[in-house]
Amino acid sequence: MSGTNGKIKIGFYICHCGTNIAGTVDVQKVVDYAATLPNVVVSKHYKYMCSDPGQEMIQKDIKDNDLNRVVVAACSPFLHERTFRNATSQAGLNQFYFQMVNTREQNAWVHLDPEASTDKAMDLVRSAINRVAFHKPLEKKTVPIKPDVLVVGGGIAGIHASLTLANAGKKVFLVERDPTIGGHMAMFDKTFPTLDCAACILTPKMSAVKNHPNITMWTYSEVVSVDGYVGNFQVKVKRKPRYIIDDMCVGCLDCIEACVYKEPRFYNEFDQGLSKRKPVYMPFPQATPQLVVIDPETCIWFKTGKCKQTCVESCERKAVDLNQEATFKEIEVGTIIVATGFQSFDARKVYYYGYGTYPNVYTALEVERLINASGPTSGEVVLRDGSRPKSIAIVHCVGSRDKNTNLWCSRVCCLYSLKLAHLLKEHTHADIYNFYIDIRTPGKMMDEFYTRMAEEGVKFIRGRVADIYPDSTDEEHRRLVVKAEDTLIREIIKVPVDMVVLSTGLVPRDDAQDVRRMLNISCSTEGFFIERHPKLAPVNTFTDGIFLAGCCQGPKDIPDTVAQAGAAAAEALALIDLGYIELEPNTAFIVEEECSGCKSCVPLCPYTAISYDEEKKKASINEALCKGCGTCVASCPSGSIKQNMFEDEEIYSEIDGILNYQMEEALCC
Amino acid sequence: MLLKNETGQTASKQWEPKIIAFFCNWCTYTAADLAGVSRIKHAPNIRVIRVMCSGRVDPQFILDSFAKGADGVLIGGCHPGDCHYQEGNYKCLRRFQMLKRVVDSLGIEKDRLRLEWISASEGDKVRIVVNDMVAKIKVLGPLGLPLKFKNWADEMHVIVSEVAGKEEVYA
Repeated sequence: MSGTNGKIKIGFYICHCGTNIAGTVDVQKVVDYAATLPNVVVSKHYKYMCSDPGQEMIQKDIKDNDLNRVVVAACSPFLHERTFRNATSQAGLNQFYFQMVNTREQNAWVHLDPEASTDKAMDLVRSAINRVAFHKPLEKKTVPIKPDVLVVGGGIAGIHASLTLANAGKKVFLVERDPTIGGHMAMFDKTFPTLDCAACILTPKMSAVKNHPNITMWTYSEVVSVDGYVGNFQVKVKRKPRYIIDDMCVGCLDCIEACVYKEPRFYNEFDQGLSKRKPVYMPFPQATPQLVVIDPETCIWFKTGKCKQTCVESCERKAVDLNQEATFKEIEVGTIIVATGFQSFDARKVYYYGYGTYPNVYTALEVERLINASGPTSGEVVLRDGSRPKSIAIVHCVGSRDKNTNLWCSRVCCLYSLKLAHLLKEHTHADIYNFYIDIRTPGKMMDEFYTRMAEEGVKFIRGRVADIYPDSTDEEHRRLVVKAEDTLIREIIKVPVDMVVLSTGLVPRDDAQDVRRMLNISCSTEGFFIERHPKLAPVNTFTDGIFLAGCCQGPKDIPDTVAQAGAAAAEALALIDLGYIELEPNTAFIVEEECSGCKSCVPLCPYTAISYDEEKKKASINEALCKGCGTCVASCPSGSIKQNMFEDEEIYSEIDGILNYQMEEALCC
Repeated sequence: MLLKNETGQTASKQWEPKIIAFFCNWCTYTAADLAGVSRIKHAPNIRVIRVMCSGRVDPQFILDSFAKGADGVLIGGCHPGDCHYQEGNYKCLRRFQMLKRVVDSLGIEKDRLRLEWISASEGDKVRIVVNDMVAKIKVLGPLGLPLKFKNWADEMHVIVSEVAGKEEVYA
């Protein structure tokens, strides 16, 4: 073992992980084999290496046998590398004298043949034992954390996270794309299972956000770039022109009254198009901030350049500014909470349900607005022709649990369908039919809610709806027929109804991929952001300092969203209050004596961490800027750049180990 | 009875290709972990070496792996545009394009060297790629460079001693 100092003494351990590893890999065989390898002093197996007795065993062996290297074959390093590094350092060794072998996720769990699995384990153990001899004692570098936080998205998740942080005395920048905060929750009438009014619980929080001295709320704004890393992100925010001067507008709505369009005639986003608005509008009465906005897409001044500008005239405070332009704000934050939410599945994609073709087919979100007292019909549930429905079908799983659209269960649809069933019955006394595949009502008080709805006389039919078409016996062709197989009685049934409600699923935002790229986080195949670990790090991402809250991570209900937002805020607080973060010391450095000054590394670094010293004729790396990718290392023709933790010798020793390649076998001529 | 076959492995069990894989920490290594968590079974022939970025993969690592007995080398990185370090995967791709020609000119079949973009969510792609690569290399058979080097060296020794013998005669 050239290149290492003194006598190497390695302790090797393999974890059974119950039967997770030992069920496939012959741990005894691996232990016996490892004991024969050079420098191995201790070779043991244990039921759960990560447990206290497992860690204590390592520490005792380090002391008793004077070990100076530790190799553990267990789960993925993503799970327990930190655990074993701590155990190593607590016994007085440098924590980087440790190497882990992934024997569970990338071996026992993915292979069926115990013999092949054991062979693979032995190869990788040999590789790690080879490698660890070359490990160097390193120190983690610490970087300070800026105490300010960016929250992206002003739905209930972003609102709750912002308030939690602001109440703890941290400065928060809340960026919302729409003209108002509130998100989807602001559109709902009641919330399941308690049936409390959504606005009553949300609007106080919205105004708390607006009035909090620690929160800078930027609505109608978008994050356009994020640079830097944990503790030190540079964020650029675009504030779209509202054509209203924030500080001057008092929300009197005189300008809306004065608009040259006497009647509202444009799609009202907040009411899902069930009502109309003018080009100058307030999204909804409780919008926060209470500022109107002018939509340049529909405003005649922006479209034609000709208008009497009655809105400008009407404003006593001179708050309307049609020449306003986008402004950009640059801020520095230490942590980011992503709460960008979801969008509803586009029901047009399931064409045979006729959404967009038959006027009496509605989406659940439209019905939320219809039921809502502040909605387009003031809470009156009437069809588009003004008539009151006498029978209503609620179709579950539209865009969920369907291999033609989305495979996932959107989790909230069963419950909101039950809620809508109750509210529709209350408003219309209509007969309600729920067409479902399975009723899924987990959670506190949720199944009780289902039982209550069943007792209220809501009808449940188990069967996925196959078709919806106009009832030919109805002369006005307004009535629809819902066709499905009732799988409990095994018969095709056709139910004539006046109104169909499609319980659309929750899908990722259209631009989730752009957000992912900007933040350097990952998406699952479905397009929701991936958490670092589904159980142990549910709000963390793979990028340190960026946390997830709400439906951007996956469909969830309001209680879970709020809980997750709280958790994300707590994770951010933990970082901020510690004041610094430890970074892996995997940075690159230049061995000056060997550098020929060829400059080939300089343009490769995406962080411009490499500079060329004209006087010395050598390259040099700024450790503070280096992120540790190792690209320059691979490119250096003289091998004079080294990367801590991934030095060439370390990787070659891994290759040698895997292939059981020994120098004496090789012939050098 | 144990017989040495031409790769130097014992013939008591069927030859299995050995593939060294260099996976980047953020995408492909995580995808391989995801395959594990999702219990997506695949061929046990790959041995993963974790690097922070596919940009760290020095072409020498690959040549070394072949020279020391690997039957195939797989490099896994983030999809274009998704690199955790902005553009390390592009650097890797550039080197890969050059290296492919070198490897080809050395007489090593192209299916033995592969670069794949596998994102953190593509656990199943790990299975597809690994199984496909193993199947192709099984058709090609062992590469067995260490043994070939040894044979060539032995031949050289013979020639050298023959030449030396003749020199004595003519001397």
